[in-house]
Amino acid sequence: MTPQWFGRSAARRRGGADLVVVGAGVVGAASAYFASLAGLRVVVVERGAIAGGTSSAGEGNLLVSDKEAGPELDLALYSQRVWREDLAEHAALWEFEAKGGLVVAASEPSVAALRELGDHQRRHGVEVRDVAREELRDYEPHLSPELAGAAFYPQDAQVQPMLVVAHLLRLARGLGTEVRTGTEVTGFLRDGERVTGVRTTGGDIPAGAVLNAAGTWAGAVAGLAGVRVPVLPRRGFILVTQPMPPRTVRHKVYAAEYVGDVASSDAALQTSPVVEGTDSGTILIGASRERVGFDRTVSVEAISALAAKAIALFPMLREVRAMRTYLGFRPYCPDHLPVIGPDPRAPGLWHACGHEGAGIGLSTGTGKLVAQALTGRAPDLDLKPFAPDRFPDTEPDTEEVPQ
Amino acid sequence: MARTHDVAVVGAGPAGLAAAVEAAEAGLDVALVDGAAQPGGQYWRHYDERHARPDDRDGHHGWPVFTGLRERLRAERSAGRVRYLPGRQVYLVTRDEAGAFTLRTTASLGEPEADAAGEVTARTLILCTGGYDRQLPVPGWDLPGVMTAGGVQALLKGHRVLAGRRAVVAGTGPFLLPVATGLARAGASVEAVAEANGTLGWLRDPVGAASVPGKAVEAAQYAALMARHRIPYRTRTVVTRILGQDRVEAVRISRVDRDGRPAGPVKEIAADLVALGWGFTPSLELALMLGADTRKDVDGSLVVAVDGFQRSSVEGVYVAGEATGVGGAVLATQEGRLSALALARSLGRPAVPGRMGRLRAAIGRGRRFAAAMHRTYAVPSAWTEWLEERTLVCRCEEVSYGDLRRAHDDLGAHDPRTLKMLARPGMGWCQGRVCGFATAGIAACLNRRETTAEDLRPLSTRSLAAPVTLGELAALDRSRDAQDDQ
Ligand SMILES: Cc1cc2nc3c(=O)[nH]c(=O)nc-3n(C[C@H](O)[C@H](O)[C@H](O)COP(=O)(O)OP(=O)(O)OC[C@H]3O[C@@H](n4cnc5c(N)ncnc54)[C@H](O)[C@@H]3O)c2cc1C
Ligand SMILES: Cc1cc2nc3c(=O)[nH]c(=O)nc-3n(C[C@H](O)[C@H](O)[C@H](O)COP(=O)(O)OP(=O)(O)OC[C@H]3O[C@@H](n4cnc5c(N)ncnc54)[C@H](O)[C@@H]3O)c2cc1C
Repeated sequence: MTPQWFGRSAARRRGGADLVVVGAGVVGAASAYFASLAGLRVVVVERGAIAGGTSSAGEGNLLVSDKEAGPELDLALYSQRVWREDLAEHAALWEFEAKGGLVVAASEPSVAALRELGDHQRRHGVEVRDVAREELRDYEPHLSPELAGAAFYPQDAQVQPMLVVAHLLRLARGLGTEVRTGTEVTGFLRDGERVTGVRTTGGDIPAGAVLNAAGTWAGAVAGLAGVRVPVLPRRGFILVTQPMPPRTVRHKVYAAEYVGDVASSDAALQTSPVVEGTDSGTILIGASRERVGFDRTVSVEAISALAAKAIALFPMLREVRAMRTYLGFRPYCPDHLPVIGPDPRAPGLWHACGHEGAGIGLSTGTGKLVAQALTGRAPDLDLKPFAPDRFPDTEPDTEEVPQ
Repeated sequence: MARTHDVAVVGAGPAGLAAAVEAAEAGLDVALVDGAAQPGGQYWRHYDERHARPDDRDGHHGWPVFTGLRERLRAERSAGRVRYLPGRQVYLVTRDEAGAFTLRTTASLGEPEADAAGEVTARTLILCTGGYDRQLPVPGWDLPGVMTAGGVQALLKGHRVLAGRRAVVAGTGPFLLPVATGLARAGASVEAVAEANGTLGWLRDPVGAASVPGKAVEAAQYAALMARHRIPYRTRTVVTRILGQDRVEAVRISRVDRDGRPAGPVKEIAADLVALGWGFTPSLELALMLGADTRKDVDGSLVVAVDGFQRSSVEGVYVAGEATGVGGAVLATQEGRLSALALARSLGRPAVPGRMGRLRAAIGRGRRFAAAMHRTYAVPSAWTEWLEERTLVCRCEEVSYGDLRRAHDDLGAHDPRTLKMLARPGMGWCQGRVCGFATAGIAACLNRRETTAEDLRPLSTRSLAAPVTLGELAALDRSRDAQDDQ
């Protein structure tokens, strides 16, 4: 899988692009930005509006706290650097806030488990501060007095994801990228095995390389090229409260069970409350996780459980009103790792998808790594764990494949 | 678990009252849920019935129709055929596998709680959720003393409160007249009614006045009242700016051309109350929650699409009144009745021959009349030209016209949904009820096209039809309690 040089490609000379990015979500936007920064001529093709997919249907947490050692934590830590260093000058544009995460535990045994996780994470570069029961209220004055302890993760941060997408695309446009919305990719241009561009509802676009950043729909896009990338939807609900006074909830606060839920493959409903304030004063309470395909009906069970568990953390929320709820479909792969890199089964086709519930946080690292690999440099992080062909070709999907 | 009703009617305005009474009289078991504390809706809004006064009916048209419906409602309630839940807002509707609907309700803000039963289940629904004032921003509209025309009237009718002493009533449509005359009768000096469109054209409209003769009488009455109170009526005139430091002190009015572009002399009028009325726009959250098809009506608002029997595209869901298109209380009442009769027939109740046919003919005439009115009193197409960079469009989130323009020009927000995500109009407490129509119009205008139903839909859709406490949400899922107890 040697990375290939596609800059100044033949396609570009023919009026096409060095790189076509399929999907204007956060991953597509970050990839387009870093690729154009690296000198590639990029065309982003999006069937709807910018940020119209999952990137506008979640929260904007950039988390290291919920990850155990492994390739995803490595990518999260790498992305942290990209957010804070490469993109430092733009941070205010997308309301970047290094607010830190507070993971709380309700009982002594779960405090013990939290400490063990903390020790393990520290060895892998995560900053963790143990918080004793007595200190809890210094961090969060409204927390329930019943809680037993917590761990504080100063690296956890927050952004407004839609603004990230819009501004990264704006910056990319300034570097020559073209963004075509309302344009759906319907097939691929091929030269034998090679992918040489895309067919779209707005005409063909020849390209040196095509990056599949179609999020939860990336499996269907891969299918158009005849390769299997098993990305499936995992539904999540979020509750939004009425605006509250500033700093009612100061950090992003969640319960220790959350880490277990994130890594779970269980199809049944799981709800661990994640409570956080936003710039506009609203408090976001997320997020449930369940595998129900692309069902958009409001689940009473899910929103009721979110509300109940948020109240258990912050009793004052009982009288606070929810103004709305929304839902999204996280793009997940069976092994809960994203798919990043060139696809040897269809040379010229690359993927950056399947980031599940962490795609906002992981997007910038992903985009930078993809740009490095696309321009023939050795990526800062080994992409092997994210290889597109790591899945068996025929494993039956547990659910209908998204369209 | 409470009983499953044959039908749940949401809204006790003209449409919902008629529907509930008619359905109960046809033998159906009815639940009637309404956000207001007493029946009547917007049109027959009146002071607390426990402290009624004879003059509460002044300015009310069709008051006997209302009291008749109210009597029949009382009779059906005491016969046990209607369960009436006033002062409760439906915030969520779900449907189970068997097709039954569950309505979850919360006490309306500021209304006394009458019935604490939070949940209603029913086999079918008649949604009569009415509408609310359609608003357009204009420089200064966020000053205290600026209100919607409907809000001014609601204060008068519902609370006997006069919102100011020197009033200017502006916008478009015949509704400006009852507001102006109501203010004058209550003792305010109405300095002007500024009507953006040409004339009282519907009086001359061959389809309009002829098809619904009662309307011509009503209009003549208002004209006489306007004359008696010496209220100046200025056509082709809009308020282009509202002036004042901490509250309204004056308005600037201007003559406009056919499209609403300022085209004539500008005049300043001192005032401490400005009532703005740009027509009404339906409450669609429940219908949209259920997935009902919608369309853009002649007046530019999004409405539920229904067939000739008030059936929406969703099986078992009927919609009547303002939610299917703004057309006035008489039409709303007729639609409410028809929906109940059609539903009763579909549930196997005997139908009185001829009744539905006559109702359908009357509704057809009413709709034609409403369309003629909408064409006469259209929102001027060039209204966005009254805006300045700093004019607030969304007051909850303090989003200005300039913010929207930048989100469009710099960030690529080309449709209302993306505008909302990037600039936050409609994200605040009112969830876009105030600024939704305007945001859709601005989005379309920035892209040099007309608004479409697709522009309006995301701004009319609300996942929760009313704000609800987290405590109430937490209590929803009783199965979880059962698990936790184990
Ligand atoms: C409830 C919830 C909470 C979340 N919270 C967080 C969080 O706190 N932190 C975090 O980091 N992540 C979070 N996530 C996950 C995050 O939102 C996703 O991982 C991320 O948005 C995925 O981005 P993407 O660019 O891959 O996909 P998307 O944003 O979905 O973009 C893919 C785009 O591809 C387009 N597309 C698809 N098919 C085609 C085609 N054929 N032609 C053209 N275009 C096409 C789609 O229209 C879409 O716009 C959450 C997700 C949910 C649902
Ligand atoms: C503020 C205002 C003032 C008006 N004044 C006049 C006038 O003076 N003269 C005139 O000719 N026309 C007037 N109109 C128009 C007139 O009110 C309508 O034509 C008529 O009332 C429509 O009847 P309806 O039954 O469709 O709806 P409405 O009368 O609006 O009744 C709808 C009812 O549904 C309830 N409701 C809505 N959503 C929910 C929910 N989710 N849960 C529970 N209950 C719900 C509301 O509380 C309300 O009681 C006015 C309209 C408004 C908005």
